[in-house]
Amino acid sequence: MRNTVISVENLVKKFGSFTANDNLSFEVYEGEIFGFLGANGAGKTTAIRILSGLSAPTSGKVTVAGFDAGKQAELIKRNIGYMCQKFSLYEDLTVKENITLYGGIYGLSRSLIVSRIGVLLDRLRFRAFENRLISDLPLGLRQKLAFSVALLHEPKIVFLDEPTGGVDPITRRQFWEMIYETAAMGITIFVTTHYMDEAEYCDRISIMSEGKIVALDTPDNLKKKYNAETVEDVFIKIARP
Amino acid sequence: MGKTIETSGIGKKFGTTTALEDISFSVNESEVFGFIGPDGAGKTTLFRIITTLLLPDTGEISVLGKNCRTEYKALRKEIGYMPGRFSLYHDLSVEENLNFYATVFGTTVSENYDLISDIYSHIEPFRKRPAGKLSGGMKQKLALSCALIHKPGLLVLDEPTTGVDAVSRSEFWDMLGKLKQHNITILVSTPYMDEAMRCDRVALIQNGRLLAIDSPAKIRAGFSRKLFSIKASGKYRLITALRSFPLTITSFPFGESVHVTFKDDIVPTGLNEHLINNGISDVTINETKAGIEDRFLELMETAGR
Repeated sequence: MRNTVISVENLVKKFGSFTANDNLSFEVYEGEIFGFLGANGAGKTTAIRILSGLSAPTSGKVTVAGFDAGKQAELIKRNIGYMCQKFSLYEDLTVKENITLYGGIYGLSRSLIVSRIGVLLDRLRFRAFENRLISDLPLGLRQKLAFSVALLHEPKIVFLDEPTGGVDPITRRQFWEMIYETAAMGITIFVTTHYMDEAEYCDRISIMSEGKIVALDTPDNLKKKYNAETVEDVFIKIARP
Repeated sequence: MGKTIETSGIGKKFGTTTALEDISFSVNESEVFGFIGPDGAGKTTLFRIITTLLLPDTGEISVLGKNCRTEYKALRKEIGYMPGRFSLYHDLSVEENLNFYATVFGTTVSENYDLISDIYSHIEPFRKRPAGKLSGGMKQKLALSCALIHKPGLLVLDEPTTGVDAVSRSEFWDMLGKLKQHNITILVSTPYMDEAMRCDRVALIQNGRLLAIDSPAKIRAGFSRKLFSIKASGKYRLITALRSFPLTITSFPFGESVHVTFKDDIVPTGLNEHLINNGISDVTINETKAGIEDRFLELMETAGR
């Protein structure tokens, strides 16, 4: 039996009379690549904000990395990594300055930051760029760096919110190889994407529609169940009410 | 057939950054023409030049028979432009936005209503709602209605489907398809390679240069090698094993399988043994037809060399 790192039981989130998350229940396991899909407005962002400690559930029990999302949100934030497409790194700081800043935010000691910067720069072959401003780096390199920075404090889980939007097809694939590598180290990847071919790269996917999870299984099982050739076909069949 | 857009040798620099280099292409009347490429490829800069919002450093460009440098005032009346960022007035209602755009272009909503009725009918029930409070899909429909309300000869859409879910994207392309019967030429950009198939012709663009211009079918047919689709459980292990095989030329994950090319365009004897040695036994190998993205990857690699 694999270890559970995210456990959600009967999660409800309401904004006034609007129910954004309607009784969600699911588990995510250690080292798993979990794809979190849904149409725009289905409630994905609300759920991710709760899972990452940024918003409290209205009711239900949510445990992330061993901490309760209702009562221990600060501990969750320290024990997860987060990266999204729109914002991740400060453009007017250098590569090294960004890593140092995030290391400090995650509460790493100065000596640990220095040693991790070295490891990170070598692994990404980024030594030549360490003093370059983020704004001078191509998008693909920024995304790889942002992902590595999200892993700086060695979290158990990393949330990736549309990490590959707009990047070229080669970089997109290189990015996914980093994801595979990271998952193989036992880190859980929780990822959203609008590229349906990327959904096929996940171990399991869930599909949300109108605040509910309407499907959750491996890509293969979902394709069999809905008699579809691709995850995109499954998505088109069930992502809208 | 008339040309809606003709360009030759367009170049544009921002400081020391080359945004566009030697861009030459033409777009036929009533064509759906797509620019496909990643962020930073130069798509938005090119669209800003075509819509007369920016002047190129070099090269010539005419749109709807008018020169973009000298006849921009007349030309602007004939172009409908939907920029990548939602650009309507958030505090005006749906209806007010549409009326405003109609008035600015010296027309009325009723005059060209038949053109937008298919699209606008979806949001008409919400016509009193402020535009800022619409959902993503509805904003997109309103923006498209506003860009069309003066019956432009050319509609320019900059990444209309970016960040939009797969179902809404498909619906959006259906709407564009219907506009063709009104003799509107459509220029559209997208980072999603699969959307190329919805265009009459596409240009693949990367780092400010055109990699190819043709119909989607011909671009796919341009793939230079035989392509094999390989499936097995444990995809990461499969990719790694294929990479380490000496006769593999390229291997890229594509959805549930890996697309691979081999030396001499045949499945090499010894591949099976190599995969089994790497712990992969449940392999299926099929020859497959290259898609737009396969060809884009191939062209990127050639251009990078």
